[in-house]
Amino acid sequence: MTLSALAEPNRLRIVELLRETPCSVGEIAKRLVLRQPQVSKHLRVLNEVGFVGVRAMAQQRIYQLEARPFEELETWLESFKGLWESRYRRLDSLLDKLKTDRKTTKGGHQRS
Amino acid sequence: MNESLKLTTPTDREISWTRVFDAAPDLVFEALTKPELLRRWLLGPEGWTMVVCQVDLRVGGAYRYVWSHPDQGRMGMGGIYREIVRPERIVNTEAYDDYPGEAVGTVVLVEQGATTILTTTMLYESKEARDAVLRTNMADGLAASYSRLARALAESKGAR
Repeated sequence: MTLSALAEPNRLRIVELLRETPCSVGEIAKRLVLRQPQVSKHLRVLNEVGFVGVRAMAQQRIYQLEARPFEELETWLESFKGLWESRYRRLDSLLDKLKTDRKTTKGGHQRS
Repeated sequence: MNESLKLTTPTDREISWTRVFDAAPDLVFEALTKPELLRRWLLGPEGWTMVVCQVDLRVGGAYRYVWSHPDQGRMGMGGIYREIVRPERIVNTEAYDDYPGEAVGTVVLVEQGATTILTTTMLYESKEARDAVLRTNMADGLAASYSRLARALAESKGAR
């Protein structure tokens, strides 16, 4: 599953860094203060699930984000969020009504 | 009031979301546990209605929710309450009729001034199970977020 690849905090940090700019393993390790073998391991996972692509430039391998899986992931998260946001907006208006009911039916006995 | 919902994936088996409500925790707690109140907000996308909402609010007690749609059939879920600390904490299991496996949900209510910070954390049996839930909710969420928005806004304006 693609989503779980991001559960590891350092992997997420790598993804966030690559969102700004494509980097080599060495640059990633330096900027995130991680060991290079560790970074390589994370990049391998991210590459396997299709988050990260690699291209050769001069002597270096440059890692970059692939757009597609992120669009999919974002859609999942956004839509899951959307469902709860719409439920909670309904809950907002329900709570408003309940507060008003309490004030009108129970007088001053409720805390404000 | 801060109405934005913050959604995170703290571990590869969890989804967690936080939202602030403009009401005291006891009122929010009621809205989360009383069937006649749950029916008014715990809805899915347009076209779905909540046809069953049963709550036996005690440790070891069960709850069951069923939604129905004229074309898409029924969707049911339910579970058992494991912890109830009124008005600050609810832990319950959660299983969908149509999917294998069981998740554990923890709801925490924290009073902050006149508001309540609600945090829900769902712990799934595996990351695959969690991701499946996210995917399943995709279509629902997309439809819900647009059509209900307009109505909810209109309603909340009318209530004020």
